Amino acid sequence: MKTATIPARFAIDGGSVVPTLQEARAKLDGAEGEVVLDFSGVHRIDPSALREMEELARTAHEKAVKVVLRGVNVEIYKVLKLVSLTQRFAFLA
Amino acid sequence: MNEKDAPLSEERIAYLEGLVSQARAAAAVFTQFSQEDVDRIVKPMVVAGLEQAQYLARLAFEETKIGLMEDKALKNMVATEFVYNYVKDKRTVGVIREYPERRLVEVAEPIGVIFSLTPITNPTSTVLFKCIMAIKTRNAVIFSPHPSAWRCCSEAVRIMYEAAVKYGAPEGVFTCLESHTLQDNAYLMHHKDVGLIDATGGPGAVKAAYSSGKPALGVGAGNTPVYVEKTADLDMAVMDITISKTFDNGTICASEQTVVIDDQVYDRVLKKFEDLGAHICSQEETELLGRTVIDPATGYMQPMAVGQNATNIARFVGIKVKPKTKLLLAPIQGVGREYPLSAEKLFPVLAVYRAKSVDEALKACVDVNHFGGLGHTAVIFSINEEVIRKFSEVINAGRIIVNSPGSIGALGGVYNDMVPTFSFGCGTGGGNSTMDNVNVFHYLNIKRVARRTEAHMWFRVPNQIYFNMNAVENLRKFTSRSTLIITNPSLEQMGHVDIVRRCIPPETQVRVSIIPDAEPDRKIVEQGVEALNFYKADQIIALGGGSVIDAAKLMKLKYESPEADLAELAAPFLDIRKRVVQYPTEKVNHARLIAISTTSGTGSEVTPFAVMTDKERNLKVTLADYSLTPDVAIVDPQFVMSMPKGLTADTGIDCLTHALEAGVSVLASAYTDSNAVQAVRLVFKYLPIAFEHPQDEEARSMMHNAACIAAIAFSNAAVGVNHALAHAFGARFGVSHGRANALMLPHVIAYNASVPTKFVPNPNQRSYVAHKKYAMMADLLGLGGHTVDEKVKKLVSATEQLLDQLGIPRSIADLGISKEEFERALPDLAKVAFDDPSWRSNPRMPLVSELVELFRSAYRGRSLPQPVRASQEPTVEEKVYV
Repeated sequence: MKTATIPARFAIDGGSVVPTLQEARAKLDGAEGEVVLDFSGVHRIDPSALREMEELARTAHEKAVKVVLRGVNVEIYKVLKLVSLTQRFAFLA
Repeated sequence: MNEKDAPLSEERIAYLEGLVSQARAAAAVFTQFSQEDVDRIVKPMVVAGLEQAQYLARLAFEETKIGLMEDKALKNMVATEFVYNYVKDKRTVGVIREYPERRLVEVAEPIGVIFSLTPITNPTSTVLFKCIMAIKTRNAVIFSPHPSAWRCCSEAVRIMYEAAVKYGAPEGVFTCLESHTLQDNAYLMHHKDVGLIDATGGPGAVKAAYSSGKPALGVGAGNTPVYVEKTADLDMAVMDITISKTFDNGTICASEQTVVIDDQVYDRVLKKFEDLGAHICSQEETELLGRTVIDPATGYMQPMAVGQNATNIARFVGIKVKPKTKLLLAPIQGVGREYPLSAEKLFPVLAVYRAKSVDEALKACVDVNHFGGLGHTAVIFSINEEVIRKFSEVINAGRIIVNSPGSIGALGGVYNDMVPTFSFGCGTGGGNSTMDNVNVFHYLNIKRVARRTEAHMWFRVPNQIYFNMNAVENLRKFTSRSTLIITNPSLEQMGHVDIVRRCIPPETQVRVSIIPDAEPDRKIVEQGVEALNFYKADQIIALGGGSVIDAAKLMKLKYESPEADLAELAAPFLDIRKRVVQYPTEKVNHARLIAISTTSGTGSEVTPFAVMTDKERNLKVTLADYSLTPDVAIVDPQFVMSMPKGLTADTGIDCLTHALEAGVSVLASAYTDSNAVQAVRLVFKYLPIAFEHPQDEEARSMMHNAACIAAIAFSNAAVGVNHALAHAFGARFGVSHGRANALMLPHVIAYNASVPTKFVPNPNQRSYVAHKKYAMMADLLGLGGHTVDEKVKKLVSATEQLLDQLGIPRSIADLGISKEEFERALPDLAKVAFDDPSWRSNPRMPLVSELVELFRSAYRGRSLPQPVRASQEPTVEEKVYV
């Protein structure tokens, strides 16, 4: 894992979860250690967002970047739990 | 190697994994949906299914060549419209049911991924049904249709999926296996991400599902008997059976397989079948049919016959029938492998059995039921309720259809109010996990949210208590025609009986029954009841200590309820409200029981307890019920003025033990605490005086009141481990109850005041308060101390001092019992004490090892264990009433 310097931050709008996740994934190369995704504006995710999160987790693992999800509500947390994604992200309240 | 055991290719595994992964993601996303979200999706799915009902029926018929297109269309409509009608208002998301009075809430949890096998016989209707159930319950489904019904099923899945996703369902919520094999099914059945297998189909599919080790709904074959009893509406019976057995050419597994007809109406019934287009087979035709449509090797129906119409079957077999024959009726003489047509036949062939009696008919139906139809469906036509009841008792079937067609009746919602379904649970008889009509609630994990409920408490005392000197005068208030005084010889000699007699109104016939001064046994009770009956007593006066009053309580019980079995009523119980053995409530004599106590200890005059010696079993048993409580208690100190010192001391400590144990009991309440605390205060103040100055009227009076008040407390809050120890020790070494209590008391206070190894579970206890309550009592006694621990120690010391003042031996060793003898007895003592119900209300649950240590402490005497508790704890300002 790289040492964190200035983390990249992405605020996710509930209406554009997939594009923002794709953008975050594209920038993983340039991230220094960790990427923070702010989910506090997201109330629900759909299967395409879920797929994108799986991709994001895979890419982050390959590039040894830590992805931190901030403000994830418990409903989305449970979705991630059900598909075994919670252990692949870090969570911040 | 079996096909299902052959290894899957990597490509195939990747394909199957993709299906599961997609379904898993959909199911995960689905968990975020609300009830409203779900209901918004279900309705357009149902409409889509209804719109495509005929299309799907046609596809199904063309592909399977089974059944009738028209009936399949009807089944598709039932699977959508009727099922929707049932589920539309059902809550299946979040809180689904609430029981406020029980403080229970049920919350739905989806299963996740369901792997579903669908049959060839009802292919599209089953898919439509399961899709609606899955969406309603937020589950994803991977369908595995019967290979011969794959195209129609996958089309049904597509129609449902498109409608669902259009209205918001997660992508991937339904998928359908393509060109699958048994290997695929086996792989998915064992997949870790599949939560449930819902197998509707033949015995093989069901067995595979249950063998997978996964939770499964496996519903399959049946063998439906139908009994046409002589009282039946025969026209209705024949028409309904014909409708049912020809519906979709008999492919519904709930359809009738063997009709058992009462002899008296047999010929008429067959004629009516003929009139409606049935062909009655001759014996030769029946044998030919049996050999042809049932596989002689397996005893199962031949697949080529399934869902074919009657004329085609007849033609194939070589039986000549009229054109448009609907049904082939084949008379049989028995049930089993030697009568092939008594097996399940999913085509319009119906076996017929002539029964000479109801008994024979029921037995024939039981035989059919047990010949492959356990747990499934049975039908009866009758208006004789007794026969219907008997039928329902002897037949093991999840659906017992009365006066209606079996197949459509079992589907539910058309001919009856059963839950509409296309999956029939067959219970354990059919190797199934459910006997229900499978419905949305089988697609849910239902969580119970159970809020804490506090048990209802009570506070019961006799109707009337008279106290203070000469309270016995109050007997004049009670009119009686015939009164029996129960007492013992010494009290009569002391003149107490005469005092009582003088207070009874002169018009009352008074008789006296003298009983031994010992705990009553069955014989004493029976003699008393004889006397009560002889004198037709309407009033009983118990004059004496605990044993006399207890005897009178039992005599009254048997006098009022002669059938009462005292041994049975002494059965143990954990919670008096849930006891197994109930006391009789009917009374035949309505006699009044007045208890006049002549000792100041047991308080039996106000308690619901009676101790009896069971000579046959050589033990003492305690009967407990509020119906035993005397109607009137008289607490008159004149009867205790002459109590000897030893008895004063022992009974006084018994009273103190009652008060202290009731005070810290898990059943204590503010009501009992007030009595317990007051009794403690009275004992500490007046017992030494009564002991030293027996003629001190005030002290005697207050101690007499204290005993009654303490008894009121423990009648409602019960006692504790001190009594359990004392009962065991007293019985083993012949030590009086009060003295045995005294030997244990300081040790038990210290024990209860320390941190329990185990707590006694009780919803009314919100925290452990025994030590605080002891401290509160110490405060009320003005014993001093700053912390709870100090106050508890002060209470222990004060108790020790009181025992010293009363000259009570301070250790078991002081009684002259050798250490060796005591140690030999110790295992038994601990066992008996642990078996004693008294400790069940103790704040600490005693371990047997702790009982042993308590006994040893009592043997040693004064060297007390120190209460183990933080000494800086604040004192009694905190809430101590539980």
